[in-house]
Formats: sequence, C-alpha cells, structure tokens
Amino acid sequence: MTPAIVPARTYLVIFGLLMALLFATVAAAYIDLGQLNLPLAMAIASVKALLIIVFLMHLRHASRLTQLFASIGFFWLAILLLLAMSDYVSRLW
Amino acid sequence: MPEDTVAHQFNTMEQQREADTLGMWIFLATEVMFFGGLILCYTFARFSYPQAFEEASHRLYVGYGGPNTAILLCSSLTMAFAVQSAQLGRRRATVAFLLGTACLGLAFLVVKGFEYHTDYVEQLVPRWHFKWEGSEAPHAELFFWLYFTLTALHAIHVTIGIGLLLVMAVLAARRKISAENHMPAEITGLYWHFVDIVWVFLFPLLYLIGHRQ
Repeated sequence: MTPAIVPARTYLVIFGLLMALLFATVAAAYIDLGQLNLPLAMAIASVKALLIIVFLMHLRHASRLTQLFASIGFFWLAILLLLAMSDYVSRLW
Repeated sequence: MPEDTVAHQFNTMEQQREADTLGMWIFLATEVMFFGGLILCYTFARFSYPQAFEEASHRLYVGYGGPNTAILLCSSLTMAFAVQSAQLGRRRATVAFLLGTACLGLAFLVVKGFEYHTDYVEQLVPRWHFKWEGSEAPHAELFFWLYFTLTALHAIHVTIGIGLLLVMAVLAARRKISAENHMPAEITGLYWHFVDIVWVFLFPLLYLIGHRQ
C-alpha cells in the first residue's frame, strides 16, 4: 500500500491560511487588548501549529498509534505549563 | 520490487513505513520536552516580571521576525512539495524542491544573523554587551538571555535541517529516493515542519509581548 498522496491544492490552501494567520497575529499585536493579547497570540500560534501537524506532517493519514505518540509530547508539555500556571492563579501574594 | 528496499527486520514495506514514522514522532516528542523546559523558564520569568518583559520585547524588530516567519512558512510549503514529488517519483522536482527549501532555510539564517548584529549594536547582548535605560535592567537582561538561548537553539535546528535537506537532495539525485522508497524525504519533512512549528510559537512569545505602538 502506498500512502495517500495529498493534492497540491490542499498544500496551497494550508499555506494561504498560515500566511493569513501570520498577518493576523502581527496585526493583533498593534491593538491594545489588555490581558487578552497573550491568549489571542497563543491561540493563533496553536491553530497554525495544528494546521502544520495535521496537513503538512500528514498526521491526518497516519495510523492511530502514530497520532497518539504525536499528541503525547504536547500533552506532557501542557501538564508542565498548566501546573506551573496554576501556581500564579492560586497565589494570594 | 518492494523487497529491495524493505529492511530484513520488517515483513512488509507498510510495516517499515509505520516504524519509520512512529520513530520520528517519538523523537519529535523528546524535542517538544527539550524546548518545553525553556518555555517553562520563559513562562516563569514573564509572569514574574511582566513590565520588564514587555519593554524588552519591544526592543526587538517585527521587521526581522515577521518576514523570517514568512520565510519559514514558505519553506514548509516547498518541503511539502518535495515530499509529494518524491512520493510521485518525480526525481528532478524532488531535488529542486529540496534545494529550494534549503535555500529558504539559509535565507532565514542570514536574516537572523543581521538581526543578531543589530541586537549587538543596540547593546542588547546579556553579560557581554548590555546596556539598559530603566529600573529593571536585570529582568530585561533575563528576557534577552532567553531570547538568545531560544533563537540560537532554533537556529542550530535549522542548520541541522539544511544539512539533512542537502543529503536528501544528493540521495534523490542519485536515485536512492524513489516513489517506493520515499521515507527518507518524508522523515526529513517531519523534522523541518517541526522546526517551523517551534518558530511559530517563538515569534509571538518573543516579539509580540503586550501591545506595540
């Protein structure tokens, strides 16, 4: 079995979306959103990363086992950062 | 025949491809943790000294970081086309796209070099050449320490990626990469896209703190 070959159009559409999101994140940095600037920038970066992982890195066509292993690194990273952040949210001083 | 390219420990080509892909993703998971430790350092410092980090971040030029992000996104597109050409067995296109991707990687490093030079001229290099007008000099210095560590580690990854791309271009030119045996290109692609993802996060974390005027 040869792996599914993704048509060129898919890659071009994803590339267009990635460039649009790049402009969006730069534009957003010039607007004062107060506390929301950081979450917005991180949300845009996460969407970009997801587009790259799912389409350019072919995770969409990968086996379930590969998908699991691919997610797990980011899952541990989320634990690391979220537990560290919980300290800041819960601290009273 | 597929038998030519299947290593003796595997039964089928499909099984070998599965093992190749899985192994690379396990390596990439270790890379996530490698950068993750530094991102944790960054998170701690940024929330501890928000004011200093915002001021320090505004000393970096979006005019360098923005175009460099665009260069890396373009290189990810050419990389995707290189892998696709390899899958289709188009030898010349594979070599051309691999070399194109390597050139874009090199362009990224050149821009980064000019940026480091600007940072040096503006006295933003911690310990070595650092001057800060303001009350929070040590905290601003911490920002630039993280900036140089993260971007330099990323630049090392880009350099390794360029080396891999050149090796793949030679292999493709010598017909060692074919439609049946395209996994070396695919694996190199996974690495290259991952390095792009790291930059996708570094760019807003370093250049776009708070809001710019």
